[in-house]
Amino acid sequence: MKSIISVKNLTKIYERGSEKIHAVDGVNLEINQGDIVSVIGESGSGKTTLVNLIGCLDNPTSGELYLDGQQIFAQGVELSESKLTRIRSEFFGYVFQKFFLIPTLTVKENILLPSIFQSKVKTSEKELDEIMTLLGILKRKNHLPSELSGGEMQRVAIARALVGKPKILIADEPTGNLDSKRSQEIKDLLIKLNKEFGITIIMVTHSPELAKIGNRMIEIKDGKIS
Amino acid sequence: MNVFQLSYKNLFRRKVRTLFTIIGITLSTWVLVTLLGFNKGYENSLNDNIEGMGFQIVLTAKGCPYEAATLMLKGGTGLRYMPEEMVADVASRKEVAQATAQLMHVEFDPNKGENGGSVVYLGIDPTTFAEMKPYLEFTQGKWFEQQTGNVVVLGYEAAELEQREVGDLMLLSGSEAEYEVVGVLKRTGTQDDGMIFLPLQTAQKAFNKQNELTMLGIRLNKDVNQTAFEEELYKLPDVQVVSMAQVKNTIMGLVSSAKVIVLSIAFIAFIIAMFGVLNTVLMSVFERYQEIGILKSMGAMPKDIFKMILIETTILCSAGGLLGIGFSYLFSGISEVAIRYFLPFAPNGKLILIDSQIALFAFVSITLIGIVGGMYPAWRASKVRPLDSIRSE
Ligand SMILES: Nc1ncnc2c1ncn2[C@@H]1O[C@H](COP(=O)(O)OP(=O)(O)OP(=O)(O)O)[C@@H](O)[C@H]1O
Ligand SMILES: [Mg+2]
Repeated sequence: MKSIISVKNLTKIYERGSEKIHAVDGVNLEINQGDIVSVIGESGSGKTTLVNLIGCLDNPTSGELYLDGQQIFAQGVELSESKLTRIRSEFFGYVFQKFFLIPTLTVKENILLPSIFQSKVKTSEKELDEIMTLLGILKRKNHLPSELSGGEMQRVAIARALVGKPKILIADEPTGNLDSKRSQEIKDLLIKLNKEFGITIIMVTHSPELAKIGNRMIEIKDGKIS
Repeated sequence: MNVFQLSYKNLFRRKVRTLFTIIGITLSTWVLVTLLGFNKGYENSLNDNIEGMGFQIVLTAKGCPYEAATLMLKGGTGLRYMPEEMVADVASRKEVAQATAQLMHVEFDPNKGENGGSVVYLGIDPTTFAEMKPYLEFTQGKWFEQQTGNVVVLGYEAAELEQREVGDLMLLSGSEAEYEVVGVLKRTGTQDDGMIFLPLQTAQKAFNKQNELTMLGIRLNKDVNQTAFEEELYKLPDVQVVSMAQVKNTIMGLVSSAKVIVLSIAFIAFIIAMFGVLNTVLMSVFERYQEIGILKSMGAMPKDIFKMILIETTILCSAGGLLGIGFSYLFSGISEVAIRYFLPFAPNGKLILIDSQIALFAFVSITLIGIVGGMYPAWRASKVRPLDSIRSE
């Protein structure tokens, strides 16, 4: 299997007054294409910080990150917001605990949002229908987010993360806001996405149920992989 | 889907707030357009009124120049008189192309209007007067031809007020004799509308002003030096030489200070509108911090977000601008009444003249002002990082 993410000695230090918090502390990690990586650990251990660094949502304090062999973060190099934006749209789709759907847009419009900003994303009506069918929200196409259940909203958010055809899906507690039945649906969906599209998934979760689907499980403790 | 649609839909999220912002912009634009229209209309009407007089120079008996100015435009009281011989001498000078002598008489008529009003009579020489004011047209009848006789021509409004038509007889207030109406003028929008015209000599006799005149209207030959000729006239005793250009300047001078105030108000209204926009848009940016962060995680560049916010502002401003311009057109009649009420002197004719130039200027400036007001919020929004939204839970 080909390595898609390579992390070397990645560190993120937050300074809170005189106190230094090593949220991520010298992490080394290789992730292969098609992996499902479950990131687990106690609250405050640094899971979100780690996946945000991997997902290029944040600059590390030090350390290196390679995506598909391409060096992204190097020692002492801080990337500009627009450079990060470009890398993000090239590699990643994101799903968060909160769904962040735009309330004035329909399901379809919400899903198509990335295509406004990424010229490479051209989603045909057919592709869109396929994605929505896959996620079981086709019937909701023209509904507003306020008319959906939590599970449906999260599926819309996932669909939105998928239209850019990302190589890697970063999901930070995707079922954190959902009951067990909805969580089950999302879990099945993630497995399906991984199988059908070979998409690499990195997910943070507190749910042992969901963590089980990972072919790799990483436990974080005080910013380190334990 | 494109950025424009995204911006447009955002405006519907807080309908009431959007509405109030648009109302604010509408009001500012309305004020601006109306005031600019007034600036233009006032000057135009004044020009028309003065040109409508048909003279370049007016000779009156000595008095206050402001009084002379209003007297000519409105018909005033406190009339003074010049001897006929002197007037005849001026009229016969070689520089004069045409001259027409007039005797104005103002009579208070207790039956006019609710509280009575003044009736303005103008004794004129039918030949020269008609020649100097060729644009006067009749709805009925024509000018009297004789220099004497009990005949009158009524201005449009005078005819309406007196309820007279050609062939009717009427009494002049303060006199017993009956006069025959021989003509009624069309509306001109000038002071002539309210006048009652009668032959000069008849007027002199009726109002007991034998050999006296109130005014001589003069039009000069083409290449006469007007200033030099005016200098000549200044040598005459007890007369006042008023050039129409001067009258206009005097009045424009009087209104120019009012204009400054008016334009300052318009300017302040605009600044207020700008801060209104800034405030609204900034609030909506703060409310959408997370959402903007998410848009960024989906590949939106700072410039995309900047554009999105500026489009929202532009939509707000152009909608308000268009409404404001519409209102100014629609309610220019009402604004005109209000302005007339406050103004010490207003010429006849349209006081508020809103043309496409003014409308365009107002639209462009309100939109620009809005864009300026939207800059800061747009800049703030463009600086939002995806992380800000994910962390701000
Ligand atoms: N912007 C920040 N400034 C200062 N400290 C921060 C910041 N973000 C995170 N931290 C700290 O870094 C540490 C790791 O936080 P992180 O959010 O990565 O934990 P987590 O494992 O995702 O926790 P949870 O399971 O509760 O989501 C915590 O101690 C947190 O307080
Ligand atoms: Mg977390």
